Amino acid sequence: MTDAEAPHPYPLPASGERGFSARQYFICLSGVVWREGLRFLHQRERFVSALVRPLVWLFIFAAGFRQVLGVSIIPPYETYVLYEVYIAPGLMAMIQLFNGMQSSLSMVYDREMGNMRTLLVSPFPRWFLLGSKLFAGVAVSILQVYAFLLIAYFWEIEPPTTWGYLTALPALALSGLMLGALGMLLSSLIKQLENFAGVMNFVIFPMFFASSALYPLWRVKESSPWLYYVCEVNPFTHAVELIRFAFYEKVAWTSLAVLAAYTSAFLIAAILAYDPARGMLMRKGG
Amino acid sequence: MTPALAIRNVSHAYGARKALDDVSFCVPPGSFTVLLGLNGAGKSTLFSLITRLYAARHGEIDIFGHNVMRAPGAALRELGVVFQARTLDLELTVMQNLIYHAALHGIGPIEAHRRGQAALARAGLADRAHDKARALSGGQMRRVEIARALLHEPRLLLLDEPTVGLDIKARADLLALVRGLVQEKSLGVLWATHLIDEIADDDQVVILHQGKALATERAKTIVTEQGAANIGDAFTRVTGAAEEKLSA
Repeated sequence: MTDAEAPHPYPLPASGERGFSARQYFICLSGVVWREGLRFLHQRERFVSALVRPLVWLFIFAAGFRQVLGVSIIPPYETYVLYEVYIAPGLMAMIQLFNGMQSSLSMVYDREMGNMRTLLVSPFPRWFLLGSKLFAGVAVSILQVYAFLLIAYFWEIEPPTTWGYLTALPALALSGLMLGALGMLLSSLIKQLENFAGVMNFVIFPMFFASSALYPLWRVKESSPWLYYVCEVNPFTHAVELIRFAFYEKVAWTSLAVLAAYTSAFLIAAILAYDPARGMLMRKGG
Repeated sequence: MTPALAIRNVSHAYGARKALDDVSFCVPPGSFTVLLGLNGAGKSTLFSLITRLYAARHGEIDIFGHNVMRAPGAALRELGVVFQARTLDLELTVMQNLIYHAALHGIGPIEAHRRGQAALARAGLADRAHDKARALSGGQMRRVEIARALLHEPRLLLLDEPTVGLDIKARADLLALVRGLVQEKSLGVLWATHLIDEIADDDQVVILHQGKALATERAKTIVTEQGAANIGDAFTRVTGAAEEKLSA
C-alpha cells in the first residue's frame, strides 16, 4: 500500500479534499465566539472600563454642557431633547469604536505573541477565520452597548417605545462590523505594538470628534464648512446616525448605504491584508 | 513514498535581504528531522512559509503531497505546530485551550474533551486539565502545546525551538515525549533548534546557515563526511567552510 492510499487517522469529509461540513464551520465559528466570550469574562476591568467611559461622558460631560449646547428639533427627534439624549447614540457607537480598536490591539499583540498564528494555521479558509473573529468581537461590543443602555435607562435615556431596543440591534451589528473590520485592517498594517498608541490618537479621537456624536452637523457647518465635509465622509458619523435613527425605530437610508459601503471596503482590504500571497505581513518578516 | 514535508527550491527575501536561498529538503513520515541553525539562519522564516503566514516568493512547499498555497485546507489538516512563542491563552484553563484549538479544526467540544484527556494523559498532565494555563511551568506549557498540536491527529509536527528557556530536565522530558511520538504514531517531525545536544546520531539533520541549506544527511553521516569528532564540530566546519567560500 502506498502512502497516499494509507487510511487517514481523521477521515476527510466526503465533500472533497478541502471541504468541511456546514456543521464543522459552525463548530469553528462557535469556538472562536466562545473563546472571545471567555476572555471577555476573565477581563473584568476591560468590561468595567468599557462601561465607565461612556458613563463619564453621559453623567459629567453631557450634564455640564446641557445648558451650553442647545439642540434644535432635528430628525429623528420630534421634540426638543436633552443633550444627554442627543449624545447617547454617539456614546453607543463610541463603545463599539473602542471595542473595535481594542480587538485590533489584541490582534497585534496576538500576532507578536503567536496566538494569531494558531488561528491562522487552522485549515478553514482564512476569510472565514477572520470573519469569525470579527463576528465574536461585534457580539461582545453589542453586549457592552446593552449594558450601557441598562444603566442609561435610569438616567432617562430610553427609546420612545421598548421596540427601539430591538430595532437598534441591526444598526449596532453593522456599525460594530464596520469598526471591527477597520480595526482588523489596522492590525495588519501596524508593525509592532509600540506603534499602536499613535494609531489610537490618529484614529479614535479624530473619528469621534469629527462626527455627529457630540453635536449635530448643522452646527459644525455653521462654524466650519470644511470640517462639515470631513464629518460627512467620516464613517463614524454614519454609524452614529444609523444607531440614532434605529433607536427611534427609523432608518437613516443614506447612512445605511454609506456604512455598508465602508464596511465592505474595510472587510475586503482586511482579508487581502491577511492573505499570505498579497498580504502586508509578508513585508515585515516573521 | 510521499514525504511528510517537501521543501523544493524555496527562496524568500524581505526587501533586499535574502532570508532563504534555494532551500530544498524532505521530512519522511515517521522521522525526526532536526533543522539546525544559529539565530537568524532563516528557521523562523521557513516556519512562517510552511504555516502559510505568508507565501514563498519562489519554490514549492508540500505537506503529504498537498501544496500549501494551492490546497491550504488539505495541507494544514496534516500539520500540527508548536511555535517559538508561547501561544496558550493564559486566562483559560488547559482544557479550554484544547477545546478552542479543536474547534479551529472542526472538532466539536465533546470529542475535543475526549481527545484532550487522552493527549494530556500522554503528556503526563491529566490532573492539570482544569487549571489555568498561567499556573503551569514553562515545560508543562510546552507539553500542553504539543498535546494541542496533535489534537486533530496530524501526521506532521513542526516545533520551532521548543526547548528555549526550559531547564535541563524539562528539555529532556520534552525531547523524549516527541521522540516517543515519532515511534508510536509514525509522526514526521521537524524540530528547529540551535542546540547541538538535542541531536541523536540517527536523526536527519538539515544545517541551515544564512538562508542556505548546507547539509541534509543523517547526523552520523555528516560527522563522518566532515571527519569531525561530533555533530557540533561538524556544524562548525560546514558553516565555517561556507563563510570562507563567501569571503573568497
